Amino acid sequence: MTIHLAKMRMGMSQMISVITKQSMLIQQDQDVVPFRNRVKECAVKLKMGLVNQTKLITAASELVRNMLKYGRGGQVVIEAVSKRNQFGVRLIFIDKGPGIPDIALAMKDGYSTGKSLGLGLPGTKRLVNEFDIESAVGVGTKVSIIKWCNG
Amino acid sequence: MEKIPILRMGPFLLVTIQVDLYDRLALNLEADLIKTISDTNAKGVLIDISVVSIVDSFMGRIIGNIASMSKILDAETVVVGMQPAVAITLIELGLPLTGVHTALNVERGMELLRAKVNLDDYSSSEDEDGYEPDDQRDY
Repeated sequence: MTIHLAKMRMGMSQMISVITKQSMLIQQDQDVVPFRNRVKECAVKLKMGLVNQTKLITAASELVRNMLKYGRGGQVVIEAVSKRNQFGVRLIFIDKGPGIPDIALAMKDGYSTGKSLGLGLPGTKRLVNEFDIESAVGVGTKVSIIKWCNG
Repeated sequence: MEKIPILRMGPFLLVTIQVDLYDRLALNLEADLIKTISDTNAKGVLIDISVVSIVDSFMGRIIGNIASMSKILDAETVVVGMQPAVAITLIELGLPLTGVHTALNVERGMELLRAKVNLDDYSSSEDEDGYEPDDQRDY
């Protein structure tokens, strides 16, 4: 697991610098609204356009629901990041839930173990610029997304 | 617990979502609305989402559910006022909201509802409610 994490950091954080960082605990349904507002604030500060803001917040909403539904809540890190000349928002969702046994299957459109439409993960991936997921059964799941302001 | 108000306007129900939706609130709205349709014998539902800044897959599904459920109860649903950014996001997310009637604004939505609904057989509990259809006041 630690090797995994180190590998991911190298892959994704290369050249990416973090400008601001805040973290939030998500434990219940009602936490979702303040969380979405914080993401919006962060995006507005970076002067992200309205369509990209909407895509980012929708993606965040999907992932936070997954975290609540399957992972019994967890932690979200909201970061303003930059890479070369572009700015963006990175969100990292960490839960200690059951994990996803088959990530490829979970990323398929229309697949769901719950009663939902199965759009959450694949749909989210379409809405953001960078999408990273790692999961270990019995340990938890970590999803990391980036939406660039001009992406 | 927050509650989204459902207004009755003759044979139609009017819902204006003015708050940020979360899952429980959306589920409650679905239940309330379907119950109100059945209680009031409503023929149409107009849902205004012009101030809703995001609709994700869950809320999209609830909107679709409301439309299908009210259809079974013989009521048409029109969703109005969707923000352009929300429309773009919904399609990229993979949720085309097929089966849900939409209109650009409340006015056109009401026109669409009136066109869709045959009001000849509409009978409601108007008298019991003291509802005055001939009310000529300026609003």
